[in-house]
Amino acid sequence: MKQTPVEVNAPVALTRRRFLKTGSGVLMGTLMATGGTLAALAPSRTWALTMSALTDAEGDKLLKVTRAIFPHDTLDDAVYALVVKDLDAAAASDANVAKLLRAGLQDLDQRASGDWASLDYLARENIVIKMAGTDFFEKIRGTSVVSLYNNEMAWAHFGYEGASYDKGGYFDRGFQDLNWLPDPDANASPAKA
Amino acid sequence: MANIALDDDTAVVVIGSGAGGGTLANELCQKGIKVVVLEAGARESAQTFQNDEWGSFGQLSWLDKRTTSGSWRVARDFSGLPAWICKTVGGSTTHWAGASLRIQDHEFKALTNYGKVEGANLLDWPLTLQDLEPYYDKAEKKMGVTRTNGIPGLPGNNNFKVMYDGAKKLGYKDCHTGRMAINSRNRDGRGHCRQLGFCFQGCKMDAKWSTMNSEIPMAEKTGNLDLRPKAQVVKIEHDKSGKVNAVVYADADGNLQKQMARVVCVAGNSIETPRLLLNSESSKHPDGLANSSGQVGRNYMRHMTGSVYATFDEPVHMWRGTTMAGIITDESRHDPARGFVGGYEMETLSLGLPFMAAFLDPGGWGRDFCRAMDNYANMAGMWLVGEDMPQESNRITAHASEKDQFGMPVPNVHFDDHPNDIAMREHAFGQGRAIYEAAGANHIYPVPPYPSTHNLGTCRMSAKSADGVVNGNGQAHDIDNLFISDGSQFTTGASENPTLTIVTLAIRQADYIAKQMSMKAI
Repeated sequence: MKQTPVEVNAPVALTRRRFLKTGSGVLMGTLMATGGTLAALAPSRTWALTMSALTDAEGDKLLKVTRAIFPHDTLDDAVYALVVKDLDAAAASDANVAKLLRAGLQDLDQRASGDWASLDYLARENIVIKMAGTDFFEKIRGTSVVSLYNNEMAWAHFGYEGASYDKGGYFDRGFQDLNWLPDPDANASPAKA
Repeated sequence: MANIALDDDTAVVVIGSGAGGGTLANELCQKGIKVVVLEAGARESAQTFQNDEWGSFGQLSWLDKRTTSGSWRVARDFSGLPAWICKTVGGSTTHWAGASLRIQDHEFKALTNYGKVEGANLLDWPLTLQDLEPYYDKAEKKMGVTRTNGIPGLPGNNNFKVMYDGAKKLGYKDCHTGRMAINSRNRDGRGHCRQLGFCFQGCKMDAKWSTMNSEIPMAEKTGNLDLRPKAQVVKIEHDKSGKVNAVVYADADGNLQKQMARVVCVAGNSIETPRLLLNSESSKHPDGLANSSGQVGRNYMRHMTGSVYATFDEPVHMWRGTTMAGIITDESRHDPARGFVGGYEMETLSLGLPFMAAFLDPGGWGRDFCRAMDNYANMAGMWLVGEDMPQESNRITAHASEKDQFGMPVPNVHFDDHPNDIAMREHAFGQGRAIYEAAGANHIYPVPPYPSTHNLGTCRMSAKSADGVVNGNGQAHDIDNLFISDGSQFTTGASENPTLTIVTLAIRQADYIAKQMSMKAI
């Protein structure tokens, strides 16, 4: 389905031919989730994202920046990779975006007085927080607030069930199954048809 | 369906097919009057609606360029999107949640009952609840409003259970699953609600009333309706005597067409309606059509709104079932002891995960934001909707330099909260918090207003022609055969969701127009 643009599949073969063709890299990872709904959605425990404008090193760094801005500790990298995919696509279609992202990543290293990506996650987060309000930060925040939460893997992670029409709605699937509070009076909430 | 020639000057031309335009068109067609409806958007259906928040937003929303100004937070968070309303056959009745409440007697006489409020342009409506009651009856019957006409209320969902528990613990008396234009039983050839949870995205069950699934098909059956989707009106023209006689629109291919008219009724919602009048300026009407009062575009109201979301230790799954699943009406009264005039309603609301991320704290990020989202499955929510003050300076204007795809100035929407609006919102946030804390919430999230869904007042009704744009029948003070048929007519906003009243006014206006036409007065 279209909200799952990341290729969650077996690792892409890293042939030289592929690199030459795209002139860029492939971002890869392994699902943290070993069970449950997210793993059930994925046909494999590994995922791969083909980069088009940015290098895999830049993609990996952007993924870490996205994690620092939206720190969901147990949300899988595969979901953050969807943000990287959209940033990469934006960079591919607009050279100014590519420039903005690359400059921002260099700025991170300067602020870290070294390799920002090699710091521990709290140190990374503290540096990113200080960049709030910059165009770089806003580009990633604005992309993330849509891309991070508008896909089936995120829905599975956060427990949102998404489209219901094809399943007959929630009429027979728990729209009033909350049982930790008393049921309302029948005149306030009549029985269903 | 009728095929009315462009040079046929005997028809009524209705601009817009939403709650006002769609209803008015059907009522006129039922009386044997030929009607052309010009609708800017495309025609969708239950089959094409999407259970997908962003996908549906792109399909149904009015996304043409608009600009914003003023101190309201929407201008900062959504500078190009002042309103969340629709460009599609059926207008915003495809998107509305279905809450169908009558405006109360005291609210029709806001100036009399509230007194002068500094900075506000309050006025009594030129009609009363008694005038409208027979038409409210007809509207409720037409729309199949629950808890009227013997129609049972809808079953409450999990989100309602939480609101109800908190409301009872706080001592609120009037909390139930609302008066909703959503079928709780099969009715009118439409099935009953299956609790899909996508009311805002166009009801795929057709259980929710809209002009798309009710009024327009009924009007088409009469053979008197000529509905033209993807027809965006750019100008209304008038003859030498000053009567309107034609409407210029861009057709689906972007070519300009001119439809002659006997009567013109404007129902483009409260941003496009005044924009069209302002863009129809002429030597006879230099400040815009029907604007001798200078009130066209002014007194823009958007309801005092805000939301309260709360998280609990146990799951809620608020997205399951109707979006607006219940209401508390106790605060919808005039009681200045609370520190403000007018009142507000509290109505459950849920957003899916994608829109919760976009609206919970616009511009938000970081650990607090993530904590709220992490607890999404345990979240309950309500919307607060109350009477905001009409202010002359809150207004729609034609932009000085920005033009749309047809070369017409885009609208700018200027809004500043009135101190009364702010005091009411603070009170409502406090009560919303108290309700959820009583039900056991572990964290409360007050949420600022979304882009406006209730846009009102920009061509308001007034007894005197100097105070407003139209009379009690929605007829322009300046031009007898020009009518305003949407929420722009509202003299004040009241605390109720406006759709039922827009439909009611359209039914009443149809009677008036038919009578005036038969008397050859127009």
